[in-house]
Amino acid sequence: MKPILLKGGRVIDPSANRDEIADLLIENGKIAGLGSVASREGADVIDVTGKIVAPGLIDVHVHLREPGQEHVETIATGARAAAAGGFTAVCAMPNTDPVTDNQAAVGFIVKQAQDARAARVYPIGAISLGQKGQQLAEFGEMVGAGAVAVSDDGKPVISSHLMRTALEYAQTFGIPVADHCEDHTLAAGGAMHEGLVATRLGLRGTPAAAEEIMVARDIILAELTGGQVHLCHMSTRGSVALIRWAKDRGVVVTAEATPHHFTLTHDACGGYNTNAKMNPPLREAEDIAAIRDALKDGTIDVIASDHAPHHYDAKERDFDDAPFGIVGLETALGLGMTELVRRGTLTLPQLVARMSTEPARVFRLPGGTLRTGAPADVVVFDPDADWVVDPSTFRSKSRNSPFAGRQLIGQVELTIVGGTMVFNRASAQMGSAQNADVAR
Amino acid sequence: MALSLGKDLIGLEELSADQIRLILDTAEPFKEVSERAIKKVPTLRGKTIVNLFFESSTRTRISFEFAEKRLSADTVNVASSGSSVEKGENLVDTARNLESMRIDMVVMRHPSSGAAQFLAKRIRSNVINAGDGTHEHPTQALLDLLTIRDRLGRIEGVKVCICGDILHSRVARSNIWGLVKLGAEVAVCGPRSLMPRGIEGLGVKLFRRIEEAMEWAEVLNVLRLQLERMQAGFIPSLREYNRVFGVTVERLARASRKLLVLHPGPMNRGVEIDSRVADGEQSVILHQVTNGVAVRMAVLYLLAGGNPERAEAAKGQGSSREGAE
Ligand SMILES: [Zn+2]
Repeated sequence: MKPILLKGGRVIDPSANRDEIADLLIENGKIAGLGSVASREGADVIDVTGKIVAPGLIDVHVHLREPGQEHVETIATGARAAAAGGFTAVCAMPNTDPVTDNQAAVGFIVKQAQDARAARVYPIGAISLGQKGQQLAEFGEMVGAGAVAVSDDGKPVISSHLMRTALEYAQTFGIPVADHCEDHTLAAGGAMHEGLVATRLGLRGTPAAAEEIMVARDIILAELTGGQVHLCHMSTRGSVALIRWAKDRGVVVTAEATPHHFTLTHDACGGYNTNAKMNPPLREAEDIAAIRDALKDGTIDVIASDHAPHHYDAKERDFDDAPFGIVGLETALGLGMTELVRRGTLTLPQLVARMSTEPARVFRLPGGTLRTGAPADVVVFDPDADWVVDPSTFRSKSRNSPFAGRQLIGQVELTIVGGTMVFNRASAQMGSAQNADVAR
Repeated sequence: MALSLGKDLIGLEELSADQIRLILDTAEPFKEVSERAIKKVPTLRGKTIVNLFFESSTRTRISFEFAEKRLSADTVNVASSGSSVEKGENLVDTARNLESMRIDMVVMRHPSSGAAQFLAKRIRSNVINAGDGTHEHPTQALLDLLTIRDRLGRIEGVKVCICGDILHSRVARSNIWGLVKLGAEVAVCGPRSLMPRGIEGLGVKLFRRIEEAMEWAEVLNVLRLQLERMQAGFIPSLREYNRVFGVTVERLARASRKLLVLHPGPMNRGVEIDSRVADGEQSVILHQVTNGVAVRMAVLYLLAGGNPERAEAAKGQGSSREGAE
């Protein structure tokens, strides 16, 4: 492995409060030095003047669809999409088919990820066997095989007893319990946010209360048990207020928000746009404002994409029958830069923290830092580059994005995982036509 | 400048007040066609219309069919109701098949909101929404508007209250759009559990009690209460619904004004409306049915590119040619 010397970039490392122009040397897969490095014998020297050099982005919430739906995404294509989006690690949710609820299933994901040689993929194991909400899965065995958290995401944990038990049992292994907060009796049949837009479209709505009731429950159970609850894809101002209250009380709670929930409102569902159908649904302008505030003050710890690929045919149907979810790995950084940094909600170092250092801390993952000796997981991006989202160029197998045609700033140049270049825009430009062919 | 409706009729939300008035005015001469001995004009001769009903609806389908036949169109009825059809995927295939058969117009009823727009975006033929999920049922609202205009001579300033299950009603949504655009004052009344969120945002008033609504309104449009709502936990019983929200002779008599009563049908007699009201002198329910055919003729005529000024002439031309048929 050749050493890599990134010269002249703006190095941002929130783990060390660093934000300065410096050179970064990568050697033997590790960060070898930071500062003024003139040259290095045999190193690939890359001029990154004007670019941001940061610890690789980490996404704690993606759906890679393998095993089960390899026609919409595989671990390999998902890991490549992640790399193209600046992510050096992602956490794969267990709602696969079959469900990732045992040691062998977790091992399979680890193996596929190694073969992909792109972003790292950390499996998340199921909370309950088959995600059926009844019997606990073997957390210990799954952690032994590489799982970093447990979740029944895709489904809420309905039983408060099961959630309590999971929060208690997970403490042996020091892993978070990630919950998709939804009161299914209130949300049943809901296709979008309950409000004026749903009323106009004649679609059944899901009230904000369906999320908030479960957020409140999970917080109360976290306080009862002392376990770490991680609240997935927070979408309402009420949820933000509840988390703020919990953190003030010292409850061990962490939370994530997606780029679409800090960017789009339920208006995006107008015209029955199935690419704006997601769960939790897109909400109102006041909710977006609350989520942005929460990302600023740390009430919400991390930005996660909830990358949810679906086949064209699945979204090409009436709104009620279309599945929930959008792809997000290749637009997350651009949306963060455009919607949060350019608008002044977050500084660039704060955005890097929410997308790298904090995810590493919350899920106790390696990475999120450029300190010497750490694995060389690094992203280089151009903070000023303007680009237009074109789903046909995505590395993901799926194109279900509501952001097609949207103008964004902030474009990934290089993604380095363990000292190996896994994405390089300059060389990818040439390969992109070929890539589009393969992916239809 | 000649006003037109565009390619499709999906809902009244998308129409301007002038476009709605155009349909109502165009319906006027067509009313007369249905009064003739030979109820037929050659206006749509050679046009092929498919009536595509994914949900059973005898009355709307028959009304459209009469309208089409009286305009001399060739019609095909396709009914694929309920569980035998996988509604989502099938719609794409249905659209492609229709396109291949070079049909001119599709009249569609579908259980999913947005289905009409979905189809309209994917085929070149004109699409007329005959009811999509809980979204819109524009021709029903148009015939309601025409009936109110016939009876009261105007729509602007008229106080109309729509009563019942607003949450699940496409008729309510279309009526609200149409009435508000034409300057009526609109209210809704029904159990709060059957009111959609944010309904006030559409420019309507809310009444919690039917007595208050009746005191305020000049026109009541009484919606059908689906029996499933009880099982789904929205209301406790039909009996109680009738006692609290039913439009009864006693309640009508207590109102200080003589109200006009509309119902889109089919009625649940003794639930949302008493028989004596439905069959009484304040009811205009049969007038609505008659107007339904005229309004649908007007919509078909306008979408087929008919010139509104010539609707009268088209009718005349029809009568002159009748001998030859
Ligand atoms: Zn989820």
